[in-house]
Amino acid sequence: MPTDRREFLIGSGRVLIVASGAAALALKHVLAGTPGQAPGYAVDRHWWAMAIAIDRCIGCGNCVRACKSENDVPLEPLYFRTWVERYHVPESDADRPLVDSPNGGYDGFPERDQPDDRFKDFYVPKLCNHCAHSPCVQVCPVGATFESPDGVVLVDKDYCLGCRYCVQACPYGCRFIDPRTRTVDKCTLCYHRITRGLTTACCEVCPTGARALGDLKDPSDPIHVFLREHSVHVLKPQLATGSKVYYAGLDGSAR
Amino acid sequence: MAHRFSDIEHLLRLAAIFIAGIVLFVAVRAVLVPDDFGVLGHYRAGAIEDNRQRPLVHAGAEACGECHDDVVASRTGGGHESIRCEACHGPLARHATEPSDQAPELPDAASVCLRCHLPAVAKPEAFPQVDPAEHAGNEPCDACHAAHAPRLEGS
Repeated sequence: MPTDRREFLIGSGRVLIVASGAAALALKHVLAGTPGQAPGYAVDRHWWAMAIAIDRCIGCGNCVRACKSENDVPLEPLYFRTWVERYHVPESDADRPLVDSPNGGYDGFPERDQPDDRFKDFYVPKLCNHCAHSPCVQVCPVGATFESPDGVVLVDKDYCLGCRYCVQACPYGCRFIDPRTRTVDKCTLCYHRITRGLTTACCEVCPTGARALGDLKDPSDPIHVFLREHSVHVLKPQLATGSKVYYAGLDGSAR
Repeated sequence: MAHRFSDIEHLLRLAAIFIAGIVLFVAVRAVLVPDDFGVLGHYRAGAIEDNRQRPLVHAGAEACGECHDDVVASRTGGGHESIRCEACHGPLARHATEPSDQAPELPDAASVCLRCHLPAVAKPEAFPQVDPAEHAGNEPCDACHAAHAPRLEGS
């Protein structure tokens, strides 16, 4: 039997009442639990990203050292929230660059290549790409890592089991297990700084301005000029992770 | 009627066990899952605030300039003007909060300058690179250059 207008209106009215009740309930929760209510920072007003200019990075390692001290990252090798890689692309085989990162660049880069061997040499600073569709978040079985409403991939240390799924899932190798807590650790984009109006520690100490924190939701942020005026690239775009670390002048050989 | 129920009593018992199990699950879950879990997504919303609770280690150049405005002024127009203080002086947030708490160390010009300016194949060619042995017989850079505005001193 076809529905007549009366039945349709009554039915949709009921749905509307139930739905608006649910919406009101959700709003109440959001208002009660939203952490962005903290004074001076509205979590829904920002969308953080980083711009990196390859042709400015000199491999000094300032970012690596500053990150470790700012975020209490273990000083032993192989624990990094940010690190710098050195690329040497030989002319004969551009598909197979030589990449090294002695202690992540913490102590700078002792010279490896001869000047006459030079073909294409450059540094690539790396950090969490703060993907909008993060593979690491998708695999967490307990909801201990998440994309915050302002676009930062964070870890809930109280919830993390240390199962390492996310360490394997990150295509950029940006996560590690902190040997002291046995929970996962990663770049928070200096969340404790950027939510207080400061820039990240790595951007703070970069002497050449090779790195710049940007807020994509702020129309006056210089990152918009950067993105407009440079040919930018993200790492592994074929994975469609929604990476928000934009590299200008990145060579195709960089992984 | 009583006869009919006695036939399916085993099913009713099974159903009762299932219902008790579900009630127990819901009750335990309500106790264990924090109230703010799921508010913003499949995570504990309070974790965002937890991530903000970390002390600053780098103060930021604006904090330095509040007291050291003379140094800021001396950098104006120099090649190092855009470099922020803690790039060379190291993290000094405690000093910025309470100057007597943390005494800043003067960076050693013989090593701190070379962190950036030592020649390397991978550095951008436009970046000024200097071999200290060839350039000045390993004299420390600040013998001739002022680090805050690195022209030749007196020029």
